[in-house]
Formats: sequence, structure tokens, C-alpha cells
Amino acid sequence: MSEELHEITLRVNGHDHAVAVPARRLLSDALRLDLGLTGTHVGCEHGVCGACTVLLDGAPTRACLMFAVSAVEAEITTVEGLSQPDGSLGPVQQAFKDCHGLQCGFCTPGFLTTITAGLEENPHPTRDEAREMVGGNLCRCTGYQNIVAAVLKAAELR
Amino acid sequence: MKPAPFAFVRPRSLEEALEVLGAHPDAKVLAGGQSLVPLLTMRLAAPAMLVDINAVPDLDRISCDDDGVRIGALVRHAALLRDEDAARTQPLLRLALSHVAHPTIRNRGTTVGSIVHADAAAEMPAVLALLGGSVEVASVRGRRTIEAADLFAGPLESTLAHDEIAVSAWFPALRPGERVGFAEIARRHGDYAMCGVAALVGPERTRVAYLSVEEVPTIVDLTGVAPDDVGEAALAHLDPQPDIHATAAYRSQLVRVLTRRVLEQAA
Ligand SMILES: Cc1cc2nc3c(=O)[nH]c(=O)nc-3n(C[C@H](O)[C@H](O)[C@H](O)COP(=O)(O)OP(=O)(O)OC[C@H]3O[C@@H](n4cnc5c(N)ncnc54)[C@H](O)[C@@H]3O)c2cc1C
Repeated sequence: MSEELHEITLRVNGHDHAVAVPARRLLSDALRLDLGLTGTHVGCEHGVCGACTVLLDGAPTRACLMFAVSAVEAEITTVEGLSQPDGSLGPVQQAFKDCHGLQCGFCTPGFLTTITAGLEENPHPTRDEAREMVGGNLCRCTGYQNIVAAVLKAAELR
Repeated sequence: MKPAPFAFVRPRSLEEALEVLGAHPDAKVLAGGQSLVPLLTMRLAAPAMLVDINAVPDLDRISCDDDGVRIGALVRHAALLRDEDAARTQPLLRLALSHVAHPTIRNRGTTVGSIVHADAAAEMPAVLALLGGSVEVASVRGRRTIEAADLFAGPLESTLAHDEIAVSAWFPALRPGERVGFAEIARRHGDYAMCGVAALVGPERTRVAYLSVEEVPTIVDLTGVAPDDVGEAALAHLDPQPDIHATAAYRSQLVRVLTRRVLEQAA
């Protein structure tokens, strides 16, 4: 017996995408496999690393801890949705580039989405608040110093 | 890994959710998914059906009065943490919630889900137990209230029947003359604690709750114990368990240090 597919519409970065997915399709996998939005990275798949973080109605959410079939009423923003309308880098992306906030880049999409929402809530974070903002995201390259610097820089650029 | 296949329903009303749950003995409730989805992904659980309650209306309400704080099943940890009325009515809620995981997990995870999930290392079951709160549950058979003292049966085991949905939890208000404290030690900020302690100090009684020490949240009465003796007095009632995160001896040391610390906070 083949697995039942659910016809759903996901609203991602302002566009509607109609897809047919099995119920067990994680949102992270739906974004990557069904929508081809491979900017969302899959790391630990149990909510610890933060690489798959997307914005669900503006709030950072682990895409690996949610099924696509549960995301139907939400406005989803992935890292692909963070650039400017003309395709140039958004403020958080630009700050990461300026401050060398990434090396291998695997964790970066999760940081960018998390910080984008974090600066909406707190536009002028202190260094401590910037550290707190990224406390749920793991990076194995940078040692975090330049990521914290990028949060502060992004706050200036916004 | 990926979850095993399951059937999926997303009911639009509580009645519909209860009917489906009542008709499918191998169905499970999906709330925030922050505990359930990892279990499915690691294939530690493989229910035949998930009943996603996120589209059920009116379950996301927080209401406060002089008696306490009532939260619906879809109130996310983050919403309760932000709520000023709730923080005023019972300050222990905010104190403890700031230790529950990271903000991103709190955006999705529900406080009621965390309570009925009954993880011995979780903060909010211990808070509910210390305050003497309760959970209201519904099924096709009717409604009932489960007092915190009767809720936690074992590790990851609450006394909800399979066909019951927890619709709300109730936390008693802080009464005049009462003070609260909370402290925990985790390997990394936002991780589950190796030991956590919550205190409720009133004019007549001093009660302390321990999480991550035994297999269920444990309450110890420390009324009248001298400040220097609180750690040992608590340990006389506790049997700290070893696991991969901490030995029994280390947990005992955390009990000594944290008991003193929360009681100083609540003095
Ligand atoms: C990286 C990470 C770190 C975390 N750290 C902590 C921490 O430090 N402290 C902590 O307390 N928690 C922590 N959590 C767990 C988090 O608090 C969860 O939100 C919570 O345990 C479960 O709530 P949920 O809404 O996500 O429930 P779900 O995952 O949806 O469900 C959990 C269980 O409860 C049942 N259930 C849920 N709601 C209901 C209901 N209304 N009626 C009947 N049954 C229900 C489900 O069927 C399932 O069995 C962490 C999670 C992650 C991923």
C-alpha cells in the first residue's frame, strides 16, 4: 500500500506553493525536497542545532520539529526570503559578510533567520543580549565572536 | 532518521478532536511537537495517527484572576513568559519558564504539553506540583480535573487516559506573605537541567520542588529547618538518580547548593 499524500499549500517568502506530501514530511524536508529551497539546512534533526530555523509568522521555529501538514496556515520565511527585493543582501546577511560571521556556512541560515526576528523584537541589543539571541544556535567554526559582532553590526545597518 | 508513516488529522473543533482520539486507540495528540517530533524522528515512538490540535479554536487563552492563572493547551511557553498579568499573579511562572529550553523552542512548545509529557527534567511539571495546581482534561466520556499530586505517574508518564486531551492547566496565585525562588544547573544554557529547584515560602510552610533528581517531580517540606541544614534535610527525603549527565553524588551536591540558593532568593 502506498503512503497517503496530503495536498497542501505552503506560503513561503510571500509565494503559495501547492504540494502533495506524506504526513510525516518534516517542514525542513518539504522546503528542501518539495520546494527546492535548499537554503534551510538540516543538521541534528532533533531541535538542538538550530540550522533549520525558519520564521513562522515572524517567530523563529525549528523546521525539523514540525510537519509540513501542520504549517498550512502560517506565513513561512526562509533564508531565501531575507534578501532585499532587488536581490542584494539583507542587513543581517550583509553584517555576516562584513564581520566574517561565517566560515563553512552550514549553520548560517539558522543564524540569519533567528537574528532577523531577534532584531525585530529588540532593535538595539547589548552584547549580552546579542549572545542570548543566538544562544540556541550552534556553530562549530567561528567561535561565535564574529557572529555576536555581526548581530551588533546588523542592528546598525537596519 | 525520519518518522515512520502515520495518518494525520487536523480537527477544527475540540469535539472533533476528542471523537477521533476516542475512535483510534493508537492515535497521539500533537501540540507544539517539541518533544513528540524528536521521538518520532528517532523512532522511539510510532503512533498510527497524529491528532494535530493546533487548529482547535480558543485553546490559546491565558486568564488571570485573584485565585490563579489558567492557560489553554495551545499557550506557547513564549506567550506565557511574556504575559505580565500571569507574571504578577504567580511570579514563579516567569522565573521557571526562562529556564525552559531556548526562545526558539519556547515559540512552539506548549506549557500544557510539557506538563502532560511529564519529563522529570522539565521545569513546569515541578512548578505545577509545588504550587498545587491542576490540569483539566476532556474526552468523549466527559471532563475531569486532575490535581498535580495525582498527575505524575513515572518518567514520561502522566495519568491522562489515552483518549483524553488536556485542555488547560491552572496555577494558584501567589498569596500575600508568600515568596518564590527558582534555580537550576544545566551543562549548557537552555539544556535540560541536571538538577533544578523551586521554592515556595509562606508564613506557615516552606516547600521545595526538585526536578531532574528523581523520576518524577518531588516535593520536600522544609518548614522550620535552619538555613545551614536545608541541603542535608532535603537529601534525607530524596534519592538522587545517576544518569549519563550526572552521577548520584554530583546530583546530591547540586541539591545541597541549589536548595540553599533558592531559599535565600525566597527569603
Ligand atoms: C532542544 C530542546 C530543548 C528543550 N529543553 C527543555 C527544557 O530545558 N525544559 C523543558 O521543560 N522542556 C524542554 N524541551 C521540551 C519543550 O518544553 C516541549 O515544548 C514540551 O516538552 C512539550 O510540549 P509540546 O507542546 O511541544 O508537546 P508535544 O511535543 O506536541 O507533545 C508531547 C507529548 O505530550 C502529549 N500532549 C501534548 N499536549 C497535549 C494535550 N493538550 N493533551 C494531551 N496530550 C498532550 C503528546 O501526545 C506527546 O505525547 C526542549 C525541547 C527541545 C527540542
